[in-house]
Amino acid sequence: MTETLLSFEESLERFDPAMGLEVHVELNTNSKMFCGCPTEFGAEPNTQVCPTCLGLPGAMPVVNRTGVESAIRIGLALNCRIAEWCRFARKNYFYPDMPKNFQTSQYDEPIAFEGFMDVDVDGETFRVEIERAHMEEDTGKSLHVGGATGRIHGADHSLVDYNRAGIPLIEIVTKPILGAREKAPQIAKAYVAQLRELIVALGVSDARMDQGSIRADVNLSLSPKGDGGLGTRTETKNVNSLRSVERAVRYEMQRHAAILAGGGSILQETRHWHEDTGITTSGREKSDAEDYRYFPEPDLVPVAPSREWVEELRGTLPENPTVKRARLQAEWGYSDLEMRDTVGAGALALVEQTIAAGASPQAARKWWLSELARRANDTETDIAALGVGPADVAAVQALVDAGTINDKLARQVFEGLYAGEGSPEEIVAARGLAIVSDDGALGAAVDSAIAANPDVADKIRDGKVAAAGALIGAVMKEMRGQADAGRVRELILEKLTPAG
Amino acid sequence: MADAPGPDGTSAARVEITRDEVAHLADLARIDLSDAELDHLAPQLSVILESVASITGVAGEDVPPTSHALPMSNVMREDVVVPGLSAEQALSGAPASEQQRFSVPRILGDEQ
Repeated sequence: MTETLLSFEESLERFDPAMGLEVHVELNTNSKMFCGCPTEFGAEPNTQVCPTCLGLPGAMPVVNRTGVESAIRIGLALNCRIAEWCRFARKNYFYPDMPKNFQTSQYDEPIAFEGFMDVDVDGETFRVEIERAHMEEDTGKSLHVGGATGRIHGADHSLVDYNRAGIPLIEIVTKPILGAREKAPQIAKAYVAQLRELIVALGVSDARMDQGSIRADVNLSLSPKGDGGLGTRTETKNVNSLRSVERAVRYEMQRHAAILAGGGSILQETRHWHEDTGITTSGREKSDAEDYRYFPEPDLVPVAPSREWVEELRGTLPENPTVKRARLQAEWGYSDLEMRDTVGAGALALVEQTIAAGASPQAARKWWLSELARRANDTETDIAALGVGPADVAAVQALVDAGTINDKLARQVFEGLYAGEGSPEEIVAARGLAIVSDDGALGAAVDSAIAANPDVADKIRDGKVAAAGALIGAVMKEMRGQADAGRVRELILEKLTPAG
Repeated sequence: MADAPGPDGTSAARVEITRDEVAHLADLARIDLSDAELDHLAPQLSVILESVASITGVAGEDVPPTSHALPMSNVMREDVVVPGLSAEQALSGAPASEQQRFSVPRILGDEQ
């Protein structure tokens, strides 16, 4: 199904975008939100369940204190007000991903509300207003059987695993983001990137977009340029990488623009984002909130965080990311552009951890922004999900610093890391990548290079030492880049100039 | 639902749920109701709503609405894992299971 798109530029000539972002953060508590079941990712199906999260009759939920604490800390970090008193609510719907036939959530009394986050895009600051952050629970995972692709359509039946049902989620909802214009896609991406950074700094979630511990929904509408109103919106669900957040906003802007420019109207609906093709397709028509028949959850008493508790939690907040970025930039000696590129690549925390693991700031930046950013781009993978982490990068750089490998060989080590061949040290050993500085092996290679290039050798004998470069190149070529270039140079001069 | 009762409860008798509303709710609840059942149920549900609404007449202006029977808040548990059910136990009551998962009919519509 191919949709007609207007070009991005033309969509901006005619329309103003309005965005709203909903981000679900799965907390990393030991146990679920309303029962004591474990929350390990990837456990065998239905091994982390109990009567409460299976919705069996008579089971009673009790709130996880750490879940509430994380919700309050997230709210505070987003400059929100914290409710003095709030309740959970039942969001009623009939779908087998929740065995209770409702999801425990919060409705008109979120635990945190009215906050903001300042987002940096191209060196400019854009304030994103936060409407609310509320507590809820995750749903089970469905596997659709019988269809060709594991998707809903064409499936004969579905199989449900409730391990994830009941894991605490915090849903963070922005107010409509207006006036973003051509920067809308970048702002959306930067917002989610900075939010993820904040979540990482708070330590309240694994923050792995590829594993679904952070999931973004993108609401988008267009209104005629300068009109100031809000058009009909679509909600694109489960946009699960930073890159896709940007692409989904751009795609929906162009798709809406084509429909509106053609005199059509937008259907208020859920759209599915397809990571592989970079398009959205129609989902269900969006239910009205009243169709969920929210009502206060009678089995859970209200949460009334004391102001003392809130202030105590405020004291545990990490450094404000904006302040922290300025501090790190000064510490690392990065230029504005280097810092901006690092943040823009979603690599700030990764670089920080790489430096903490022993690499120099410049080396850490070099690997993340050249080698790993390129790899992320080529494979359309999140940079944090390449399977190569800060410890690996620091280990590679340590090998370079020790003279075991050079930068060129290091790239081969990264190839090995992508392929899962083991630790950097193991890859160097298995692939035989270590630089040769043994005089026996080098000497033989130098002799054959001299023999093969008598003209060059004569020049060096005549004192033109600069010509040694050509011989070094020949030796490196013969030794597949693994020769210790400094030692090769010394050997050449020893052999060709009397003074050595 | 039309005509919420006033605080004195006098309008409670007019609380009414229409046939269309019942049909919509049945649809949301995935309950298949025939026309005859809708004709039969809508007036009955209206009577139930009227009865419930009469309770609002009991509370005076000084009684705030409440959602819980006990005036309690902040009942929380520590974040500690407690053993739950084995997969076998969890699936023992399921009408059908496959690959250690609950088997459910083909899901119509989308996930929420």
